Amino acid sequence: MELLLAVIAGVLYATGLYLMLRRRLAQLIVGLGLLSNGSNVLILAAAGVTRGSPPIVTDTTVAADQFADPVPQALILTAIVIGFGVLAFSLVLAHRVHQSVDSDDIDVIRSDPAPAPSDETDRA
Amino acid sequence: MLLALPILVPLATAIALQLLPHRPRLLRSVAFAGALGILAAAISLLARVEAGGIQVLQVASWPAPFGITLVADLFSALLLLMVGIIGVAITGASFAGVDPRREALGYHPLILVLLMGVSGAFLTGDIFNLYVWYEVMLIASFVLMALHRTRAQLHAAFTYVGLNLLASAFLLTAIGLLYGQAGTLNFADLARAWPERRTPALDAVLSMLFLTAFGIKAGLFPLFFWLPASYHTPPAAVSALLAGLLTKVGVYSMIRVFTLLFPDPGAGVYALILVLSATTMVVGLVGAIGQRDFRRVLSFNLVGHIGFTTVGLALWTPAGMAASVLYLLHHMLVITSLFLVSGLFLRQRRTTDLRALGGVYQKQPVVACLAMIPLFSLAGVPPLSGFIAKLAVIGAVLDTGHYWLAAVALVVSLLTVVSMARLWDESFWKPAPADSSQAPLGAAILTPIAWLVALTLGLTAAAGPVYTLSRRAAEQLLDPRGYVRSVLGEEANRVAR
Repeated sequence: MELLLAVIAGVLYATGLYLMLRRRLAQLIVGLGLLSNGSNVLILAAAGVTRGSPPIVTDTTVAADQFADPVPQALILTAIVIGFGVLAFSLVLAHRVHQSVDSDDIDVIRSDPAPAPSDETDRA
Repeated sequence: MLLALPILVPLATAIALQLLPHRPRLLRSVAFAGALGILAAAISLLARVEAGGIQVLQVASWPAPFGITLVADLFSALLLLMVGIIGVAITGASFAGVDPRREALGYHPLILVLLMGVSGAFLTGDIFNLYVWYEVMLIASFVLMALHRTRAQLHAAFTYVGLNLLASAFLLTAIGLLYGQAGTLNFADLARAWPERRTPALDAVLSMLFLTAFGIKAGLFPLFFWLPASYHTPPAAVSALLAGLLTKVGVYSMIRVFTLLFPDPGAGVYALILVLSATTMVVGLVGAIGQRDFRRVLSFNLVGHIGFTTVGLALWTPAGMAASVLYLLHHMLVITSLFLVSGLFLRQRRTTDLRALGGVYQKQPVVACLAMIPLFSLAGVPPLSGFIAKLAVIGAVLDTGHYWLAAVALVVSLLTVVSMARLWDESFWKPAPADSSQAPLGAAILTPIAWLVALTLGLTAAAGPVYTLSRRAAEQLLDPRGYVRSVLGEEANRVAR
């Protein structure tokens, strides 16, 4: 099981990083999503997978190390929530880029015809 | 309770700011009061840590490795003080005027949330909470950077977001692997349990992952390219806040994690950090020479000087670590005030392009002299704080016999002098371009700069006591036993489980 998870994590990291190296913002965002899911799978695999023994103790005679460790799952849950928020934010940002530049190609966005003035209008 | 205040005060202020009616003066005053609150909490915390040793708060009284732990040692407390000082300067700068669109979109609460994230990162005693605080301040800084519509700014925001999220993913990966082996996330518990479980292979993987993650955040060579590409586009107050605090959180985390998890000075990773620090200095300052924009010159200088702050970690001596702490304090004050100075040009000329600047000295000599102090302090001109901090770094380097590094640091200092002299010449001294108008600058925009400049001068005058404090902070960092004992209790130092 660990081996399968390790392979999945590896594939997610590799595809995520590959997509992040592309020029398009949409691919960058999908890559980020895959990368953060890769690290979630990795946390699960690294902490060890215990089958069929949920960490809810009803029988106190069972030794503590027989139960699955709930901490990695709590970490992953936190990381998923954070990752979701960040992904939503990046999507909005990409949408705004697309609105103002009409392209999601990094090179087109960067090829700014004239350096636009900063929006520091500072009207008190 | 005092330990939680630097987090609770900005949180409460941010919530209040969201609920208050949108009257600019009211919002600015409340935000400023919140920053003053952080400063007050930080000062009393520093006083308590200075007198009573490392302070620990176990939130809701959960005992150490199981609950949320907040820890303040001297290093954390000193940096928290800087958060308060910079927070006061930045929220104070908003009295000079903020773009009304930004103000309506939640500029003030975001500043406070960012300050909360930085305070949390400095105070947390748990590596996963460190990750969470990173995300808090990153989201706040993302939104602050992305409250724009121009192309250059959107591009810069995307570069910034992409690279920082990549760093977060690396950090999370490292934390996952660390937990898998050590079975704990509490810094003190890790420092105790990790040495027994580490293997050379895991050490190599983890130290490289942490170095990459924190290196991106701190702006170390070769991971700094996002920084000069993004810090010159947002309004001056925002870039001052990001420049003053965010990269320093990267340096702080690097020092904290490496001193606790990899306490072996001879390790190859420290040789690598030494070389990377030297390269960062050189590349940053050489990069600054070719720039034609005030804020881009500053961004490259910011990167170059990060190298000075990581040297101490690589040297692993009390003098080196103390020099790093002192350099961080000096650099936070000076770089923030310089980015605020760039706001003067944005106000007067609508640009920070050096070709369009000049003529300030002839018309407003006081302003030019005010800006000269941080410029020359960054350059390390005696007797200013930059000189003292650089002296401490180079002294520590010479003590350990890395003469090549001392030579690099000296050449880089010379390059900084060139870079800063050119900056002052082009933006203040040379005659103004023919078509330039020069609006007068009010007291509101100069006061935050004057506040930081006064503190830089204060740091110069009080360099002796501050260095003694940094030295004590360094000793706490280099001997984690005190940290472990404070968090886990007296019996913790017996041999691990």
